[in-house]
Amino acid sequence: MIGRLLRLCRWLWRIAIAGVLLWLRRGKEPLPERELPASPRAEKGVAALLVGAGIAGAAFVLIYGFDEANTQLLGVAAATALGLLAIALIVAAQAIVPQETLSEERPRFADPAAERGAEVDEIAMRAREGIDGITRRRLLGAAGGAAALGLGAAAAAPLASLGPRVGDRLRESPWRDGTPLVEENGRPVLADDLTVGGFLTAFAAGSDKRDLASSLVVVRVRPEELELPPERADWAPEGLLAFSKICTHAQCAISLFRYPLYPERSPGPALVCPCHYSTFDVLEGGKRIFGPAVRPLPQLPLKIEAGRLLAAGELSGAVGASWGGVEEGS
Amino acid sequence: MIRRAVSAVDQRTGAGSILGKALRYVFPDHWTFLFGEIALYAFVILVGTGIYLTLFFEPSTSQVVYHGSYAPLRGQEVSKAYQSALDLSFNVRAGLLIRQVHHWAALTFVAAIVVHLMRIFFTGAFRKPRDLNYYIGLTMLMLAVLEGYAGYSLLDDLLSGMGLAIGNAVALSIPFVGGQIGTLIWGGRFPGTDAFMSRLFIAHVLLLPVAIGSLIAVHLAMVATPHHTQFRGRGRRETNIVGTPLWPAYALRSLGLFAAVAAVLFALGGLVQINPIWQWGPYEPYLGTNGAQPDWYLGWLIGALRLMPHFDLTVGSYTVVPNPFWGGVVFPLLVFGFLFAWPAIERRWSGDRAQHNLLDRPRDNPRRTAVGAALFTWVATIFFAGSADRAFVQLGVPYEGQLWAYRVASFLLPIAAYFLTRRVCERLREEESHPGRGSGARAVARNQEGGFEELRPGSAAGVADGERG
Repeated sequence: MIGRLLRLCRWLWRIAIAGVLLWLRRGKEPLPERELPASPRAEKGVAALLVGAGIAGAAFVLIYGFDEANTQLLGVAAATALGLLAIALIVAAQAIVPQETLSEERPRFADPAAERGAEVDEIAMRAREGIDGITRRRLLGAAGGAAALGLGAAAAAPLASLGPRVGDRLRESPWRDGTPLVEENGRPVLADDLTVGGFLTAFAAGSDKRDLASSLVVVRVRPEELELPPERADWAPEGLLAFSKICTHAQCAISLFRYPLYPERSPGPALVCPCHYSTFDVLEGGKRIFGPAVRPLPQLPLKIEAGRLLAAGELSGAVGASWGGVEEGS
Repeated sequence: MIRRAVSAVDQRTGAGSILGKALRYVFPDHWTFLFGEIALYAFVILVGTGIYLTLFFEPSTSQVVYHGSYAPLRGQEVSKAYQSALDLSFNVRAGLLIRQVHHWAALTFVAAIVVHLMRIFFTGAFRKPRDLNYYIGLTMLMLAVLEGYAGYSLLDDLLSGMGLAIGNAVALSIPFVGGQIGTLIWGGRFPGTDAFMSRLFIAHVLLLPVAIGSLIAVHLAMVATPHHTQFRGRGRRETNIVGTPLWPAYALRSLGLFAAVAAVLFALGGLVQINPIWQWGPYEPYLGTNGAQPDWYLGWLIGALRLMPHFDLTVGSYTVVPNPFWGGVVFPLLVFGFLFAWPAIERRWSGDRAQHNLLDRPRDNPRRTAVGAALFTWVATIFFAGSADRAFVQLGVPYEGQLWAYRVASFLLPIAAYFLTRRVCERLREEESHPGRGSGARAVARNQEGGFEELRPGSAAGVADGERG
């Protein structure tokens, strides 16, 4: 079994490597030698290749000069010039200049066993001589350490200017009781905008749309399907549910909504993040059902006033990725 | 004339003897030594094309309404960064070519480093006196991955924004200080302030390239001081180096390789589209797209984030270690930590503390080769797991099933790779055959019963026959 596998590997290896080996002329054993292979034919060939490279370079300039400088043509011209130059240089290296194999002795490095050992002893002795006659080495060492610590801290401290203090910044959210939901263009979101199985992106009115906590996905399901926990019983009027659009795993936007076309056979409605495929159950209020996310998707309680969708409270948890200290179940 | 030039330099710098030595510096002849050079030349091309791009790119998140030449986006609010990236692609002559060459060169740069690392690992080139230089190389690989990530994150298109969202989540997931670190670097909660864009920009165009460039200088100096390693062969000893001197053949060959790398990159940049940001559109935190994939060198991390089961470390109802930490921080730290620790582990395991200038063939040290094969198999399995969603779309294999298969495979395949590699190496070593050049011929002898039996080195008949023939 191993033998057959070996034979197979051998053949694959041979085919893969043969080209490289041929190109690099692996046949000859390197031994100190020098030969002068220069031949008028090879020289003429290299000269022709170099002239060709020059012409291709000039062609690049010409193409560049045209109004519609074409990326493909520019690339081909540059690649041709460089490719011809490469062939010229490699042919010159193999067939024009003297071919030499040299053997050179290596410099020796310190090796306890080798002759450099004595040299190392001497250097170490010189280094030690520099601290001859100092009586309070420990005290000086400790004092130096104190200086390094203080100065190091002083040098590193300004890094804190990079950003604001964390505080509650990672928990900030524009959602309060009564905040209206608006679309990307600022139009209020109406309850009738969504049919069952529908999906839209909404923002907190008056907030920065780039604010991580602002964006929501709003979906509509049939109210009788809902399996929300009892304390969220009134969060989804008419089967409308709103969740933070930012995945609690790695903060990508939840841009996939799965709504079963034939509920008897398909899994239930869910929101999916396209980055690492964390999947959140819509009917149970954003509970994670698949993928690497751990915290549920924060849900926003909704209410309908005069046909418009408003927040009926704050988001149920922190928006975005978890950080050390965030509350797990929220 | 050559003499005058040499003399002029020597009179002013006294560098004549160094120059003389440099011209005779010997490079070993083996094709596996090319990968490091390819990485070096890709870096040179990255710097050149990158300087050109900075002349046109504007690192700012201030919003403007797009009126440029790409019609489908006209009238949309975009950031100045995204707009300037579009303009340099469409309105700057040769701009798109240079941008695409830059991107292809970045992919090549990291790929060449990884292959170079494998060469170093499997041939034992990391052993004393080169272990320090091996650590520098690993550091450069980490910086190169970070540099690439910073680069494609700058453009502020939909994909780069999604990448940054994940990056921010990974930063937040660091236990205890994650919240502070994320807020500090981004200047607030994700997506951060305009200051973040200028920080990312200066990191990409100055801090990281200067760090990589300086480390390259040290890396090369530390290659040249003890001279290159070499494989065993006639006339090659621990104390010498046999090969081609720098001048003239090697210099020409290496410049030829530079031109060839540049030619391939320009051909790719001109002919093969990469990262068409106008198709992704501008990024907003509330936008996402399905099928998003990062540049290849981050595939192993997205794979790890996807494979990791949903597990946080919690105390009471509080999260201490959020989930992205496992795949985004622990996994790469484990891989790099192991690579950093390997020279010391091997020294302890084998008790071999000597200096080595002759390379092992992978089979010469079956245990090291098997460990390396297991490690790379592990990373590769997780890398492929990152593409499970594409496999689902293209081939219809259920995503959930794939995920479980990859989870199991990420444990079983490395173990299988370990034992298989080890057995293959030992077998090769016993047979003393080369996988590429092993002769297929077998020596047989007729035995007394009239049949044939194979002669193995060491068998009684084999010795007798060997003496006869």
